[in-house]
Amino acid sequence: METNQMTLEFDSISANESFARVAVAAFASQLNPTLEEIEDIKTAVSEAVTNSIIHGYEKKHGMVRLEARLDFIRNELSLIITDWGCGIENVPRAREPLFTTKPELDRSGMGFVFMEVFMDGLEVESRLNQGTVVRMRKIISKQPEQ
Amino acid sequence: MEESYEVREGVLIVGLGHELDDHCATRIRLKTDEWILEGGIQGILFDFSETVFMDSSGIGMIIGRYKKMKARGGFVGVAGVGRNINRIMEISGLYKIIEVFEIQK
Repeated sequence: METNQMTLEFDSISANESFARVAVAAFASQLNPTLEEIEDIKTAVSEAVTNSIIHGYEKKHGMVRLEARLDFIRNELSLIITDWGCGIENVPRAREPLFTTKPELDRSGMGFVFMEVFMDGLEVESRLNQGTVVRMRKIISKQPEQ
Repeated sequence: MEESYEVREGVLIVGLGHELDDHCATRIRLKTDEWILEGGIQGILFDFSETVFMDSSGIGMIIGRYKKMKARGGFVGVAGVGRNINRIMEISGLYKIIEVFEIQK
């Protein structure tokens, strides 16, 4: 077995933020990550899915798609999080630390920063009124054989 | 697990649940703001002893409460922060404005 893939699609409600990160963590456990790597992945997934729910759909109803792929040769997890919401007007600005369009909702503007810090690659593609696709990957360190 | 709220010597102690994400942060924001508006508290202390996960929504919620308390001459602190959440707080620069306390059970 060289790869393993899964796709989840769920309603854009905040209760699904924990579902999404726990599901990815469980799936990624096949790559035998450390506890810290699992935490990194959970945080990054939580940020991306929360963005789709809060910013993409602005709490209106929509669907979020989460694709995960494990590569056992490269020992790498790849994630694609897609929404069909309002899109991001200016992606480079959205990725800046502390930038937020919703300060009134106490958003910290750190979501993309955490995705960047905790993963090994982040790409954001967005079109206004069409949606946003976030691609992330993380290399899982090879653990010494027991 | 949901949050617990308790006032001790004029400080609102928020016992956070297992996780602090957007879903929980929204609920805590509304609840703590009720306490702030009511008046009579000098500070808010977020107790992370039971918490194992937090993302940027938690950071935003704490900074928001800090702004409100500061405007009223109060403070916001955290206690019981574990290794993973400590990392998130350090990266976000939260410790520049938030005090760390030890909590006695």
